[in-house]
Amino acid sequence: MTTQVGNPDLPTVTFAIDGEDVKAVAGQTILQAAALAGIYIPHLCAMKGLTPWGSCRVCTVLVNGRPQAACTTPVAENAVVENDTAELKDLRSSLVEMLFVEGNHFCMFCEKSGNCELQAMAYRLGILSPRHPYMFPARKVDASHPDVMLDFNRCILCARCIRASQELDGKNVFGFIHRGGHKRIGVNAGTDASGTNLAASDKAAEACPVGCIVKKRVGFAVPIGQRIFDTKPIGSAIESGRPVKG
Amino acid sequence: MTDNASVSRQICMNFANDKGRLMDILLGVQAQAGCIAPEALDEIAQSLSMNRVEVESAATFYAFFSRRPRGRFVIRLCNDVVDRLQGMDRIAAAFREELGIEFGQTTADGLISLEYTPCIGMSDQAPALLINDKVVTHVSTDMVREIVQTLRTSKRLDQLKLTLGDGNNSHPLVHSMVNNNLRERGAVVFAPYTPGVALQRALSEQPVELIKIVKTSRLRGRGGAGFPTGMKWEFTRAAAGKRKFIVCNADEGEPGTFKDRVILTEAPGLMFEGMTIAGYAIGAAEGIVYLRGEYAYLLPYLEDVLAKRRAAGLLGRDILGKLGFTFDIRIQLGAGAYVCGEETALLSSCEGRPGNPKTRPPFPAQKGYLDMPTVINNVETHCSVARIIENGPSWFASMGTKASSGTKVFSVSGDCARPGVYEIPFGITVAELLARVGAADTIAVQIGGASGRMIGPAEFGRQFCFDQLATGGSVMVFGPGRDVLAISHAFMEFFVEESCGYCTPCRVGTRLLHERLGRFLTGKAGLADMDYLEKTGKTVKTGSRCGLGQTAANPVLGTLQSFRQEYEKRIGKNGSTFLPSFDPAKAVAVAAGIAGRGSEHFGPQKAGVKQ
Repeated sequence: MTTQVGNPDLPTVTFAIDGEDVKAVAGQTILQAAALAGIYIPHLCAMKGLTPWGSCRVCTVLVNGRPQAACTTPVAENAVVENDTAELKDLRSSLVEMLFVEGNHFCMFCEKSGNCELQAMAYRLGILSPRHPYMFPARKVDASHPDVMLDFNRCILCARCIRASQELDGKNVFGFIHRGGHKRIGVNAGTDASGTNLAASDKAAEACPVGCIVKKRVGFAVPIGQRIFDTKPIGSAIESGRPVKG
Repeated sequence: MTDNASVSRQICMNFANDKGRLMDILLGVQAQAGCIAPEALDEIAQSLSMNRVEVESAATFYAFFSRRPRGRFVIRLCNDVVDRLQGMDRIAAAFREELGIEFGQTTADGLISLEYTPCIGMSDQAPALLINDKVVTHVSTDMVREIVQTLRTSKRLDQLKLTLGDGNNSHPLVHSMVNNNLRERGAVVFAPYTPGVALQRALSEQPVELIKIVKTSRLRGRGGAGFPTGMKWEFTRAAAGKRKFIVCNADEGEPGTFKDRVILTEAPGLMFEGMTIAGYAIGAAEGIVYLRGEYAYLLPYLEDVLAKRRAAGLLGRDILGKLGFTFDIRIQLGAGAYVCGEETALLSSCEGRPGNPKTRPPFPAQKGYLDMPTVINNVETHCSVARIIENGPSWFASMGTKASSGTKVFSVSGDCARPGVYEIPFGITVAELLARVGAADTIAVQIGGASGRMIGPAEFGRQFCFDQLATGGSVMVFGPGRDVLAISHAFMEFFVEESCGYCTPCRVGTRLLHERLGRFLTGKAGLADMDYLEKTGKTVKTGSRCGLGQTAANPVLGTLQSFRQEYEKRIGKNGSTFLPSFDPAKAVAVAAGIAGRGSEHFGPQKAGVKQ
């Protein structure tokens, strides 16, 4: 089966994901081409409409045997991509578990629960408890902004807010500060979020995959059972675009 | 306006408010104001028309920048593995005692700050430290007392009584006590050099011919990765771009490496000449040397060498009379970040940004510095290029082995009689090198620094070359009685400190590996912990985004391979299901304190444990 995608003006590239031929347009990333073909490659920092970033590494695939981030690696003619393998699933689980232990993620009372991509990813990968020890870092909450709260306990440093603010909102509300284990999101002000031009209607406020950036006064509005990932696992939307085999 | 702000405004003006020079601006503010305070960030952002958070991003990334005022003299004691083995703790204790402060603190009078810093490139003369830009080597406890007293009474660095080192270290513009310890000069890097000879020859050839010559020589990058230099040049020459750049990576931060420091001291002309030739070959007019912040003491001297080359017509316009060939070099100083040795992180830093590696592709040959085609080569590689042009590719290829032609400059440190720099043709075995450096009864050799591998005597018959033991030059020798796991633990600590934090496996995984390896040193490890180290190490290696992360698990993975018995020995009686990392007595300590009596199950507890 071959999946047809793309713009007829650009050269087409054919490559394989887990033995299945995929047609893509030159310049697309493996993640983009896979999504258009209805193949889900788990990912967290990648978001449609934003510049590929490659930091969470959850979308790691093997390209001709070499590990690469599917979100930043362009498609190449005849490339052999491995995605859905036991080893990669274990690698991805280990990475997602690292994100859990690095921060303070308490799903049971987090208002993002059910709509959280990190939580949904853990369910999809079958994670019951992390193999790594919790770090329980002391992190700050910035509730200074009238309409948006920043709870850095839940930040996974995916940079989606940084990119969305720059690329979609035309602002520069967020940026990374410090390095290594001390790396965190900073705001474009000498004080806190209240000193920035962040608005609740910003795309940056929507881009957060976890419960770090949340809008005030709307928490828990959607009842359990109707939240995004209550009935279908993360990735279902992409997989529903997969042509029926036959 | 506070001092920090006015200083910042002035320095921004000195750099024509060019945000591409943010590194130099931050270095200037730190040096003049003693810190980069919040008001400095505001001022710099305004002067450069940048977002404040972008300035903060760079200012908080590098170890040499601080938010709060540091002392007038910042003493940075090197905590590299070799320094630790050669008495760092004694020196640290002496400083604590003399100054009455801990590391990370500043004396009440604001005169002296005490800090640790990773390898400063002086492992052959350890213990060593920096006082601001000044290097002090072979530090003794007596010297500690003298240093503190001199700084307190004179408040001047130039009052320190330090004997000058050999070679150009005693040049008035270097004026340093550093020693070259150049034990063996080879035919390539440390052979006698006459400025302009190689360049003259290069300019008589067509640029594409030069690329052919370099390819014929089979020269491979000396930084460690070993990419064929001629091929790199060819890609960059072929890439489209309004401007092209030649970058020299002089950020040698790999623990145990210091050979570039000796090249920069004794053969900078050869290096600049190689860069100029590269510029001619690929069609670049601009070069940048990225000099690690720890080598700032060499800056005035290197600037002087550049000035003399300009005066001699070896840099600038119409070089050596070749009409239309223009090339010049600027030196970009770093500010304490090992990751900047990674070529794309180095480019980010040159652009005035935090030293985060860039996403590849595109590669620097297509989009490098300022998104223009860029060649990045190591100090030693640039030197080799100049010599290849001077003496011919077959002369070069006749040295070394088939796949690894030419010589390699090694930095040897640790337990041996003659630590220092050795330029030797590729192909020498570990055992032969150990004999030359006067190492006896060696139990382990760390090859290629923290990111390299530790080998045991079983592998001492192997050769140094790209297809056997590849190295950027660091060779650390460990003799009887050294604890290889403690050494590896120190290397893991190094990676925890130096990870840029961009990607998950490196940012989180290095901390996890460091913690888990630590359990073996405190008798709290079980059999399952070996399995955990192996699997998590593999995740870090496979999943990481750049060369730093991909090699950061090597201290663990390498020793699991070569020194497995060291792990097994420490598990001892801790059986496979027992969780020795769990300390039941500690777990009930708070409860026992509240109850006012010890636990019946977990042995005697002192009553009244602090909560």
